[in-house]
Amino acid sequence: MPAQTLFEKVWRRHEVVAGSAATPAVLYIDLHLIHEVTSPQAFALLRERGLPVARPARTFATMDHSTPTLTAQVFGGAPIAIDSAAKQVRELERNCAEFGVELLGLQHAQRGIVHVIGPELGLTQPGQTVVCGDSHTSTHGALGALAFGIGTTEVGHVFATQCLLQRKPRTFAINVEGGLQPGVTAKDLILAVIGRIGVGGATGHVIEYRGGTIRALDMESRMTVCNMSIEAGARAGMIAPDETTFAWLAGRPRAPQGAQWERAVADWGTLPGDGGAHFDRQIDIDAGSIEPMITWGTNPGMVIPVGGSIPQRGDDAVYGRALDYMGLSAGQPLQGAPVNVVFLGSCTNSRLSDLRSAAHILRGRRVAKGLRMLVVPGSQQIKREAEAEGLDRVFIEAGAEWRESGCSMCLGMNGDLVAAGEYSVSTSNRNFEGRQGKGARTLLASPLTAAACAVRGRVTDPREFL
Amino acid sequence: MQPLQTLRSRTVVLPGANIDTDQIIPARFLTTTTRTGLGASLFADWRYDGTGAARPDFALNRPEARGCSVLVAGHNFGCGSSREHAAWALADYGIRAVISTGIADIFRNNALKNGLLPVVVDGDTGGWLLDNPGVEVTLDVASATLVLPQGRSVSFALEPFAQHCLLEGVDELGFLLARRGVIEAWEQRR
Repeated sequence: MPAQTLFEKVWRRHEVVAGSAATPAVLYIDLHLIHEVTSPQAFALLRERGLPVARPARTFATMDHSTPTLTAQVFGGAPIAIDSAAKQVRELERNCAEFGVELLGLQHAQRGIVHVIGPELGLTQPGQTVVCGDSHTSTHGALGALAFGIGTTEVGHVFATQCLLQRKPRTFAINVEGGLQPGVTAKDLILAVIGRIGVGGATGHVIEYRGGTIRALDMESRMTVCNMSIEAGARAGMIAPDETTFAWLAGRPRAPQGAQWERAVADWGTLPGDGGAHFDRQIDIDAGSIEPMITWGTNPGMVIPVGGSIPQRGDDAVYGRALDYMGLSAGQPLQGAPVNVVFLGSCTNSRLSDLRSAAHILRGRRVAKGLRMLVVPGSQQIKREAEAEGLDRVFIEAGAEWRESGCSMCLGMNGDLVAAGEYSVSTSNRNFEGRQGKGARTLLASPLTAAACAVRGRVTDPREFL
Repeated sequence: MQPLQTLRSRTVVLPGANIDTDQIIPARFLTTTTRTGLGASLFADWRYDGTGAARPDFALNRPEARGCSVLVAGHNFGCGSSREHAAWALADYGIRAVISTGIADIFRNNALKNGLLPVVVDGDTGGWLLDNPGVEVTLDVASATLVLPQGRSVSFALEPFAQHCLLEGVDELGFLLARRGVIEAWEQRR
């Protein structure tokens, strides 16, 4: 058998029927994660056709996108402010009950952002196929799973058959070598990658992040990297499982236990790509040259070092429109630009290490006068862990708001919004026009940079505080 | 799914590259639990001003855009989220095909499941279509060709299986359901 990549091994293990010229492959799905926003129409499809959920034990539901983050609205002291969101919450409860799907509902102690709790609970495991009606499903690739976002019709297909029809994507190796400088994080690394290859640079491909820098990243950092694969257009992002992966997964409630664990680890050890395996594309990244990064425009590829200037690009209409929307000019340095809102959260950067890294800068300091900072942990478990080590106090004493978990201000579906014209430094993944609210201007950055910006009320290089 | 064999329409053009799904349908419209009625919110933040009035300069609001069912857009159309609401909104509005030099993967998959034809063309053809809004084009699914006004014909990639589903107006679920026995046998073996 020819040398295979990690992706090819996982793909081959799940090919129920191989693809042909006439038909795509039938690909088996090990783990199907669902949430309240992209599942209702798929449950409706099952009802229309009189079909059950084929493998409820492989289907797992939570609610995160449109859910409130204010404690009273989550725990019943006040009604959910947005009626249509409340309806989605009730509908998911009803659908899961009717179709026998396990749900970590609004008040469950293990609820959280779907891409945070999958790995956290040990549901996501190396070598699996994982899908969810959400593009940031690529996050789970950090554990060596093949994980990708699907549309609602495909959610219905997985419900009905536990399979999807898929054309095999191409492979793309991103080789990263060298040590990250102090103050430079996984978020800066992935923003630099997207800046280099562009927001459509990996369309049709599954990325595998490789090399010494990636091997040295902890699991949470690996999730941040894989999370934003979709922002380069990739179908998925993957990292080969290793001792770091196994140590992180061991003992998690849904991970294999005892003798099953030993067998699983032995099997997962065979997943990394064979030496000499072919990739359709490869690029090399020098990690040592990466600086803290921040976006200036309206897609994640419009990114510069925090200390840099917005590049000039002649009469490019898209470029001009992005600058108009952002109220910025070509050639302008971003450092020192005013910031109105800081959002620390999202499936990209809401894990305990992200909160710790922001708290490191905020401890004993206050957010700038007039600046609003919202801290939204990725899961209820992370919230409890952060509280146990006093991080909530650090944020509250600094003047930030400490909320219940959810997607929140990453996409503003739940009413956590940035006002029109305001500048938001956000640890999330998308700076599209209107993403955080109509007219809102988003600058994507790492938790360290976000915290530094919060303290100064201006775009700030986090290394000033280290 | 409504079958699609041939489509003859003038084009409506949105020239920007990287038009993302948050522009096609902003997140605040995703709290729906049905797939209908989203056409009114298509490109909402570009189409309407703060008072909800149509912006006269936006391409879809111009009188010549009325009745157009072919959208020509800049490179990497439909990037961003997996929301099928983007395809539902376009289809509900009356768009049956999107032509671009690049279409994002998840949007492309979603489009095909809703009788919305994704057409990826070369840079010259894409550039010409962006520069000449409102031209009449013909799309033929069976031959996977785009015919431009002077009769020039451009072929585009269309998977045989997707082509079959579009022509017959059938979705993929039937194909998968017919293989349930094979899937169960595979599960036993693994």
